[in-house]
Amino acid sequence: MPSPTVRILIQGGRAIDPVSGRDEICDLYIEDETIRKIAPRLKIEGSYITLPAAGKIVVPGLIDLHTHMREPGFEYKETAAHTISAAAAGGFTSICVMPNTDPVNDHQAVTRLILEKARQAASVRVFPIGAITKGQKGIELSEIGELVEAGCVAISDDGRPVSNSRIMRRAMEYAKIFDIPVIDHCEDLSLAPEGVMFEGATSFTCGLIGIPAASETIMVARDIALAELTGAKLHLAHISTGGSVHLIREAKRRGVTVTAETCPHYFVLTDTCVQGFNANAKMKPPLASTADVEEIRAGLADGTLDAIATDHAPHAAHEKGLTMDSAPFGIVGLETALPLSLRLIEDGVLTWTQWVEKWTTNPARILGKPLGRLAVGDMADLTIIDPALSWTVTADTLRSTSKNSPFLGWTLKGRAVAVLIAGKRVDIGQSYLAA
Amino acid sequence: MDIKRKDLLSLSDLSVYEMDLVLQTAASFKQVSARDIKKVPTLRGKTVVNLFFEPSTRTRTSFELAAKRLSADVINFQTASSSMSKGETLLDTARTIEAMRADMIVVRHASSGAPHLLARSLKSAVINAGDGMHEHPSQGLLDLFTVWEKKGTLRGLKVLIVGDILHSRVAHSDIHGFQKYGCDLHLVGPPSMVPSGLLGTVHHRLETALPGADVVILLRLQRERQSTGFFTSLREYAKLYGLTAERLACAHKDVLVMHPGPINRGVELTSEVADGSASAILDQVSHGVAVRMAILYLLSGGTRRRDA
Repeated sequence: MPSPTVRILIQGGRAIDPVSGRDEICDLYIEDETIRKIAPRLKIEGSYITLPAAGKIVVPGLIDLHTHMREPGFEYKETAAHTISAAAAGGFTSICVMPNTDPVNDHQAVTRLILEKARQAASVRVFPIGAITKGQKGIELSEIGELVEAGCVAISDDGRPVSNSRIMRRAMEYAKIFDIPVIDHCEDLSLAPEGVMFEGATSFTCGLIGIPAASETIMVARDIALAELTGAKLHLAHISTGGSVHLIREAKRRGVTVTAETCPHYFVLTDTCVQGFNANAKMKPPLASTADVEEIRAGLADGTLDAIATDHAPHAAHEKGLTMDSAPFGIVGLETALPLSLRLIEDGVLTWTQWVEKWTTNPARILGKPLGRLAVGDMADLTIIDPALSWTVTADTLRSTSKNSPFLGWTLKGRAVAVLIAGKRVDIGQSYLAA
Repeated sequence: MDIKRKDLLSLSDLSVYEMDLVLQTAASFKQVSARDIKKVPTLRGKTVVNLFFEPSTRTRTSFELAAKRLSADVINFQTASSSMSKGETLLDTARTIEAMRADMIVVRHASSGAPHLLARSLKSAVINAGDGMHEHPSQGLLDLFTVWEKKGTLRGLKVLIVGDILHSRVAHSDIHGFQKYGCDLHLVGPPSMVPSGLLGTVHHRLETALPGADVVILLRLQRERQSTGFFTSLREYAKLYGLTAERLACAHKDVLVMHPGPINRGVELTSEVADGSASAILDQVSHGVAVRMAILYLLSGGTRRRDA
């Protein structure tokens, strides 16, 4: 719910903004939609709301490059309003939503419907991602220009990736006209069509069909080659294996226009989580080996991986209650991503500045949006984080409609305690006074 | 001396103590099947449901006989007669059966982990009668029983498992069972079917593994695997991995040849070997009933000392 006032003073927090190079304890004064003043111990005339932020971190609002909003079509998994509400609770001010709805977001009518749902929620910014091909069938290109005109910020056939290299090449060529990134879910669908989990000792002993790491790296290599051929902006989604990190690192060295994201579960969990047939540990790409986790962390540290994204994918309890081979892929992630990624700072993988880059600066750059900044005159999208707040993930503490998280029962450290979007505080489900 | 668990899902989580208990109990039940009147009143008033989502004659018959010889009431559900075709989930089907007060549910399912899903949400004891490519614990236990009975011990024996280890639930249970009893395990087959990362020494040629073998367990080859390239042809498979009398001569002189059945004569083994003196294939079948009696009995809360 928007706050009635448009004058807010955030006092004594540690403000971090990689763009302007700021990392200091200071006050931020916000009027209307804009950050008006930043300085230690600001004196402001007149009436305003004060948000005491001593001990807290103030960062540009988090941007999720990879959310599955289930509306239209799969409201039983989660309505748009609930996804948006979960995003705000997780500290996000913007989410990019994937096109695998029903109908697929391959037409501007669907894009407009998604944007209308977002407008009604009046909270987190929603950036639709259009489908590369009609119906995500991988055969015929969508009308990419019309999708962009209606508000799509990128194109992707996430979940049902384009296998045909010629179609992918054409998509990249068209994306260049509108200067938007092509986001790919890298999976060679022919290698393990019935795969359930990562191929390795755990898949063998569980008797589950494995997906080899090569399934991802084969497509990463193809996409890099096509980006080189076309000069398009390529963004690689949810990178999970060391082999992919190596390919991306080398491609960047050669100057290929490629960016990449990973997700919290790929630097926190391994394939052994599936043991005992845990359908909440089933996602694509699958949780990989300990060595892959180390490579993902190294890729984040040296900048090979530009961003962290959630791949928030709600599924109903009755769907995840099926046998491992029948249960759908995916986990919810909007509300656990922030604390899980803070572990990277605690483990010495990232500095605070790098952490902010992964969640806001780089996503804004990849999308070409004037967001992810914290300087005078900038849009007041920001997140206040209490890095010391401990909380336990339970079905009740998650705002998501679906509770398909492998982190249920985990006690995590760190949480967003306030979220401002265009200068207005949004409801994140907890009291700031108590925080 | 009893088993403290509700369900029997896999040998990977069974202790040697628990396996001992099953084998020793099976030994005393074996005598029941040899009698004129093959029945004891042990499970009178208990209901055992065979819930089979995959066609099975051998395992279902074996469990049914085991339950009947213990005087339990037995109901058989087969896929054709189940509600699964009407869109009901596995869990809903199982809950319906539980609501009819089944004491034990014996489940066979094509999906790995299906019995675990049931065990987590049902109060009834769940017995895994084979789940996908995961495990087939009662088969693993009857294999252990057969070797133990014939050899008098398990420790230190050289045990070969030959064939499609990757897809075989029998192999997975055998691997855990024989490994826990301290056997020297050797896994034989093409790399597509014998991945590294499993417990045991891997061989891709049968000849290099056979010398000195005490036990050779052959796995049934699923012919449909040829279409996805797991093997080239039955002919070549038989040539590379088929057990012939000539090859068997390299093994230990008292070698035991086993197969979970049904056998493909001329593929996994020749008729000469299948029907020869080293073959324990039919002993496995009769031991299956005794081992399953022991499993039903122990999971129903029985102790090892009983009046059979």
